Amino acid sequence: MTTTTLAVLVPLLPFLAAVAGLLLGRTAPGFVRPLAVLPTLTALVLAVLVAGRQGGGQAISAATELTPTGSIPIELSLYIDGFAALVAVLVGVVATCVQIYSTGYLRDDPRYPSYAALVSLFTSAMLLVVYSGDLIVLLVGWEVMGICSYFLVGHYWETPEARAASLKAFLVTKLGDVPFLIGLFALATDAGSFQITKVLGTVASGGLDHPTRIALLLLAGVAGKSAQFPLHTWLPDAMAGPTPVSALIHAATMVAAGVYFVARLLPVFEASAAAMVVLAVMAAVTMIGSGLCALAQDDIKRVLAYSTIGQLGYMTGALAVGDRGAAVFHLLSHGAFKALLFLAAGVIIHAAGTNSLAAMSRMSHLRDRVPDAYWTMSVALLALAAIPPFSGFFSKESVLGAAEHVATGHAERVPGSTGWIVLVAGLVTALLTAAYATRLWLLAFRGRGTEAPDHGRQPLSMTVVLWVLAVPSLAFGGLAYRTLPDWFGGRDLTPTLLTSVLGTGLALVGLLATYGAWQHTTALAARVPMGAVAAHPEGGAGLVEEEAIVGHEPAYGDVAYAADPADPGRLLLGPLYRHAAVGFHLDAVYSALFVRPVRAGASLVQFLDREVVDTYVRGAAALPRLLGAAVRRAQTGNVQTYVSALLAGTVVLAVAVLLVATGA
Amino acid sequence: MHLAYPAVLSALLFCTGLYGVLARRNAILVLMSVELMLNAVNLNLVAFDVWLSKTARDTLHSGQALTLFTIAIAAAEIGIGLAIVLAVYRNRGTSDIDRLRDTAEGHETDGPDSDAPAAEKAEATA
Repeated sequence: MTTTTLAVLVPLLPFLAAVAGLLLGRTAPGFVRPLAVLPTLTALVLAVLVAGRQGGGQAISAATELTPTGSIPIELSLYIDGFAALVAVLVGVVATCVQIYSTGYLRDDPRYPSYAALVSLFTSAMLLVVYSGDLIVLLVGWEVMGICSYFLVGHYWETPEARAASLKAFLVTKLGDVPFLIGLFALATDAGSFQITKVLGTVASGGLDHPTRIALLLLAGVAGKSAQFPLHTWLPDAMAGPTPVSALIHAATMVAAGVYFVARLLPVFEASAAAMVVLAVMAAVTMIGSGLCALAQDDIKRVLAYSTIGQLGYMTGALAVGDRGAAVFHLLSHGAFKALLFLAAGVIIHAAGTNSLAAMSRMSHLRDRVPDAYWTMSVALLALAAIPPFSGFFSKESVLGAAEHVATGHAERVPGSTGWIVLVAGLVTALLTAAYATRLWLLAFRGRGTEAPDHGRQPLSMTVVLWVLAVPSLAFGGLAYRTLPDWFGGRDLTPTLLTSVLGTGLALVGLLATYGAWQHTTALAARVPMGAVAAHPEGGAGLVEEEAIVGHEPAYGDVAYAADPADPGRLLLGPLYRHAAVGFHLDAVYSALFVRPVRAGASLVQFLDREVVDTYVRGAAALPRLLGAAVRRAQTGNVQTYVSALLAGTVVLAVAVLLVATGA
Repeated sequence: MHLAYPAVLSALLFCTGLYGVLARRNAILVLMSVELMLNAVNLNLVAFDVWLSKTARDTLHSGQALTLFTIAIAAAEIGIGLAIVLAVYRNRGTSDIDRLRDTAEGHETDGPDSDAPAAEKAEATA
């Protein structure tokens, strides 16, 4: 088969699996699991083949126009360069792992068939985004991902948290997608084509008339999809979905689509210095804010969600300094270790029967119950905290190195100020990342108190996947940083000495500070007993998680927060803790700025409709009703009265006719 | 015979019938009054037919033909009418027109004894 055929099959197979899964889910339940896993696995193999044939050389490009669509043609086209080939492999790996994991995780779930089909559909859409060479086709995949995210976040739709979270995720991302769509149209109008190659050609020849406007419009969509400040608020709430969904969609792939999109069209953004500064400020605020929030969250998955936002901030930071190689390098390594973190968190939630770190810190021997999750999560947390030689170290240092490169004035296209913004924010975030990774590890695995409940071993499908993902988390960065520049055709990604020492040093400071704080506060844990576990700890992992999410608010007073004096984050953050736990009140601000005015407007419209418009309608009916009431009185039911009236009428008519006839 | 006699007689008959229709309470008597009115019309038809045949020679005697037609229809009508009155009487125990006011506006079947006639009605229709 030609490489083009292989590449077409990559998104097509999961799509067909999704269609078949939705059609056969009820009639042939035996086929659901193979239909979920095998096409995704085949797509992964094909993506690896495509990547092998592409090999970082000349981009594979193919296009076909199905039908003329008016002024600017829309073509089904492929554009596979080194970025696309590698990101597709990442999507394939994570999607396959998640599908295998889900067969164990949602073993007893009655809605597993539709869930698996939606995950397949999502995988197909993401691969379409990655491979597409046409912006409109890319947008199709982009929106399909959004709707899949909506359905999958709302998988436990019996719970109010999941319903609210799915709506919020959908609305907030759509809020970014509307300017995104307008931005795409503006870009295509300026460039005269939706083809990415032609757009980039136009940019290179300076043919873009409104670079700043287009870049800022596109950035809104990117901020919504990639959960960047100020549109990041949906991502922590999206953790109400099942853990495998969080791992696939809200950590490894979909949220990376925004970063990937900017990486593809980076010259468009570079054409506007203002857009690059906005991107840098957005990345800096996102990074630092999410790091602080992650230190104060009680739900283990929300810690990881804020951590995802922060790591995406690193990627946008790398893009802001014009180094897409570093951004996609971090995207790849982050995809692997963040998926691993989420999947391991799912195992831990199942074993502990709770998603609350406060409750886990009062449980001993949790790590003996889930040794696979313990070891793999330790690896992934070290990668997250960017400790050498784990993969996160190399990718993060490549970002910091790129920022330093710009800050010291070695780049001609990007202003030096963005370099400084990204560098300083990145270093602060390195400290925060190490701190919350350490806090998560200490609270989850070093708890003291009653023994964790023993539910036997976790299903094999769930634990094997963890080890599969642990390999790239451990080794990908170290093995890849020399070869990746050939694929990306960009700057050298080798860590520079200065930033490496600074970054690692700050990470160690964060690690030790958290450890010290934990030593100090852990004594308090015994004094304040806490911990509520799921009602059916023996049930399937999906059920336990659903109950844990629902139970958090009644047990601890808030979805995100627990009043735990033994939390080291409380000591580290001081007065900030309370605000960081609720995401610095951004939800409250949005509620005051947008939700309440919309509600007030809705009640105004309701008033106008009910009281004003309806009054006219009722008024118009009043006169006929009065007449009707008057005439109804004539209906006495006595036939003789009717006949008398008939006679009287006849006589009157006869007299009238006579008078007229005689001319009187 | 002068046309005035049968005409006056038919007018009197018609008025008697009209009075009966408007004033009598018993449904059978109302039906009889209707017959009186019909016969007044028949009388008129025959009388005028004769009067017309005197002035114009070749007529079809359509007045007499129409009279026969009316008599036939009246027979059928009285048959149906009496059947209805009988059915109503069996149902309600009365043929008093003043008490048959089911079609009145705001009419409701009243009192505790309304169930029994309703049941009977159901039986009758069944």
